Amino acid sequence: MTPATTTETDVPTGLEPGGTDQPPDEPAGPVVGTRRERREDPALLTGEARFTDDLQIPGALHLAVVRSPFAHARITRVDVSPALAMPGVVAAFTGEDLQGEWAAPMPCAWPVTEDMKSPPHLPLAVGKTCYAGDGVAVVLAESNEAARDAIDAVDVEYEPLPAVTDLAAAISDEVVIHEDLGTNTSYRWELHLDDDAVERAFADAAHVVRERYIQQRLLPMAMEPRACAAVPQPFGGDITLYSATQIPHILKIMTAVTLGFPEHQLRVVAPSVGGGFGSKLNVYAEELLVTALARKLHQPIRWVEERTENALGTIHGRGQIQDIELAADADGRVTAVRVDLTADMGAYLQLVTPGIPLLGAFLYCGVYDVPAFSFGCTGVFTTMTPTDAYRGAGRPEATYAIERAMDALADEVGVDPAEIRRRNYIGADRFPYTAVTGLVYDSGNYEAAAAKALDLAGYDDLRAEQQRRRAEGGPKHLGIGISSYFEMCGLAPSRVLASLNYSAGGWEAATVRMLPTGKVQVVTGATPHGQGHETSWSMIVADKLGVPPDDVDVLHSDTALSPLGMDTYGSRSLVVGGVAIDMACDRVVDKARRIAAHQLEAAAEDLEFRGGEFSVRGSPDRSVPLAAIAFAAFTAHDLPDGEEPNLEAHVTYDPPNFSWPFGTHVCVVEVDEETGGVEVRKYVAVDDCGNQINPLIVEGQVHGGIVQGLAQALFEGVVYDADGNLVTSNLTDYLVPSAPDVPSLTLDHTVTPSPTNALGVKGIGEAGTIGSTPAVMNAIVDALRPLGVDEVLMPASPLNVWNAIQRAQSRPDPERTTTSATAGDTNADAGGAS
Amino acid sequence: MIPAPFDYARAGSAEEALSLLTEHGEDAKLLAGGHSLLPLMKLRLAQPSVLIDVGRLRDLSYIRDAGDHIAVGALTRHHDLETSDLLETEAPILKHAAGEVGDPQVRHRGTIGGSLAHADPASDLPAVVLALKGTLVARSPSGEREIRADEFFTGFLESALAPDELLTEIRIPKVAGLGWSFQKFNRRAQDWAIVGVAAVVDGERTGVGLVNMGSTPIRAAAVEAAVAGGASAEEAAQRAVDDAEPQADLNASVEYRTHLAKVLVRRALEEARA
Repeated sequence: MTPATTTETDVPTGLEPGGTDQPPDEPAGPVVGTRRERREDPALLTGEARFTDDLQIPGALHLAVVRSPFAHARITRVDVSPALAMPGVVAAFTGEDLQGEWAAPMPCAWPVTEDMKSPPHLPLAVGKTCYAGDGVAVVLAESNEAARDAIDAVDVEYEPLPAVTDLAAAISDEVVIHEDLGTNTSYRWELHLDDDAVERAFADAAHVVRERYIQQRLLPMAMEPRACAAVPQPFGGDITLYSATQIPHILKIMTAVTLGFPEHQLRVVAPSVGGGFGSKLNVYAEELLVTALARKLHQPIRWVEERTENALGTIHGRGQIQDIELAADADGRVTAVRVDLTADMGAYLQLVTPGIPLLGAFLYCGVYDVPAFSFGCTGVFTTMTPTDAYRGAGRPEATYAIERAMDALADEVGVDPAEIRRRNYIGADRFPYTAVTGLVYDSGNYEAAAAKALDLAGYDDLRAEQQRRRAEGGPKHLGIGISSYFEMCGLAPSRVLASLNYSAGGWEAATVRMLPTGKVQVVTGATPHGQGHETSWSMIVADKLGVPPDDVDVLHSDTALSPLGMDTYGSRSLVVGGVAIDMACDRVVDKARRIAAHQLEAAAEDLEFRGGEFSVRGSPDRSVPLAAIAFAAFTAHDLPDGEEPNLEAHVTYDPPNFSWPFGTHVCVVEVDEETGGVEVRKYVAVDDCGNQINPLIVEGQVHGGIVQGLAQALFEGVVYDADGNLVTSNLTDYLVPSAPDVPSLTLDHTVTPSPTNALGVKGIGEAGTIGSTPAVMNAIVDALRPLGVDEVLMPASPLNVWNAIQRAQSRPDPERTTTSATAGDTNADAGGAS
Repeated sequence: MIPAPFDYARAGSAEEALSLLTEHGEDAKLLAGGHSLLPLMKLRLAQPSVLIDVGRLRDLSYIRDAGDHIAVGALTRHHDLETSDLLETEAPILKHAAGEVGDPQVRHRGTIGGSLAHADPASDLPAVVLALKGTLVARSPSGEREIRADEFFTGFLESALAPDELLTEIRIPKVAGLGWSFQKFNRRAQDWAIVGVAAVVDGERTGVGLVNMGSTPIRAAAVEAAVAGGASAEEAAQRAVDDAEPQADLNASVEYRTHLAKVLVRRALEEARA
């Protein structure tokens, strides 16, 4: 600063030296709420992070799995001897050989009804294979290459049986997959609240829409495929299981139960994990196989999945036929919602397979004030890879159905899709809102988020442009799609889980420990696999304890370091695990306050704690820093009578409610009638997850979530052929979009804190996926309505769009029906080609 | 994703490549950029016993003005094509289309010779070379011969190259100033075209090549004839599949692919004439 340039008119901008701007490493105010870069990223970006397959494990044998090429077949003979003759091969086992290793079948932790049918599911099939990719035998060799070469040599004789890849065919029981069950129907789950009210509403309705939507199967396709390694400890019989998993804690319990292995001798570690999206929220055959074989052979055993194996052997997501009916009054106010689902379980029930559609059961009324609701779901077996949790798990499906149906209702009533929603939103003054289902939505202001999104998108101008262009004609059609979503996340209040027959609780554990030198150690039961928990948790602790975030270490993902935890899924980490950390910090401060009061010879209630320092209210010179208290607690030389040494607190927090984030997404597309091509011109998302700990991480979650939902709408879809072969088994045929394929996203937010927890936070990990898919599909259908199109199958590939236009234009009756032309066909995305 | 076992030999010169080819015969495969062959090997759809690596034959990587044509060395990478000033002037459709192949990694490894010799009907450059009416130069121990592009593609992933021949050069007629268009319609930027159309419009010498419209890269001779006969783009486009055998796959039914070819041929001719 040269004085000569300073004039009286200079106004401080806060940016000059000595102003209010702080060096980025030492923020003056709270850290929470700042866009702090993730501390995890340098290791991930430089390749220093160690994933399961990177681990150096001396002497480990490599496991490879012989997988059934048939969807449904009897296994008449398995001969591993040709494989044993191959170079480097050490051992090989059939399903029968290993039958004695299993104390229980593979776990399904969610028996949704008392009479749910679940076939015994063993890590290797015995007698029969029920999907293409089902494991039949394993080979152990000195290298992965040798093991992979040898599986081709295992001689398996199959007697093929008919595949069941169609849900209607499955329900017909024409071919029963699990003969002992006598049926392909696993369960029927119904929610009856007031059936008479629903009947009355439909009888009295001025408008009724009946829609059928197909949720195609999706592959979760985490960037890191699955991998695991079981390492026996030198003596004592303990085993450490390393796995690319979201759930080391649950995996430990389930592995112990399935193998009849003492739980206290098992340690499970999740090293760096490259994404999961629900696909690593499971207990897989390979995890059980490596552990059982490590125990049997007293040797480390490891396995890493290939990409095509990932498509075949890792769970799939979605897979539903949704029938939804709305009753509405003359103004389009919804008076009842009736939903019936057929859900594709795949060949077996994995960890939470049957419960996934039911996680959406309570969301089919959407963000609307609906007085009557009924819901039913039939879970059926098919000869395809088991389904299970995939980002959003039941909630994207529900949101899709109600948001697509609201557009159909707008069309039926003859009002704008934005207007039909305004007429039905639950008002901001109604929160906490008790829904017809009995669930209480914590907080919300749906209309405000919608108004902001429509404004950002320039909605009125877009509608005017659309009207103008429709009058002009031309092959390109402008479409505008709205999706107002909410969701229930932060799984979950344990008592609510109990009412849904879920076999575990929904709490999370946290420990906060001051070390003698003033540093902080945090132990969390959450298990990050890309979310940035270390960064977020350190920010929460930094503000609570008045320490720099870099002084906070976060320990996780190892059952030896963090023995208690319920892991990471269902957008639960922050709203359950993060809140537990916040509470543990409070307890640390409470104890420190007692010690500080003792040292300062003041009453504890007269102390204030600010910026990492206790001081006597009114006498700021009488103060002591928290770090000094931590050291005093460590030496224990002079503690108050009865006070235990050390400064740490452990909290297990069971949330009283779910958290209910919400928002509105607006998608603008150009659809080329001639090619069927869809181009996303604009995408606006206004999300509300309450208070944000780190807006940078929130935006990352929203970006990724939207892209994954947009991928379901435009690109991704599992295709099986009629024989039950997975056609989309690699990344050439299964179209995961990359950066050039997705539009630039315009993000904004509103902030409506959750009143349920002290941080005022809601989950955001799945919201983008939940909100986006219907926005995109509503936009496409909106573009094509003038051509008579009212349904396009997902993914809206050029082929599916073109087929929808052809169907609409060849329809003899100008009066349009509201149901899709492909009822009963879950693999309809293959269109005319297979 | 682990290929079956194979032997590997690196050729230090075209002559050495030829003698290795003669030595190993039909069990051998030439490896250039590897972006078509290696994925097939990893899926074990191709299991050659010997790979002869010609990727380092730098003297076969060039783009030269050869008087009445442009000479392109077979080992010229797509990236070199897409950044060539000479092609910008003399054959801009080749420069442009090379920039549409796969993604940047593919374009930095893949070669024009590899792409043509692989003879994949879904690849972009074969259709472009067909539209340009290029000539391919093959060398064998017994000498060199020229093969017209429209006689080069003989079957699915099969070319007119004999087992002992090495593709060394592609000769592209100069088309400076002529109207052209390359229409590539795909679902993701990195994907092969569902249908692609390369067109160089020059009255009776018009050339039109089709991507992914049969078991080989296709020369749309009927469209060329219609244009030569003065047909409009719309009329000529109706002949789009006369020389093709569209197949169904995950991305297209036969009906849709047929329709799309007509739309894209029309658009290509319109753009080339604009």
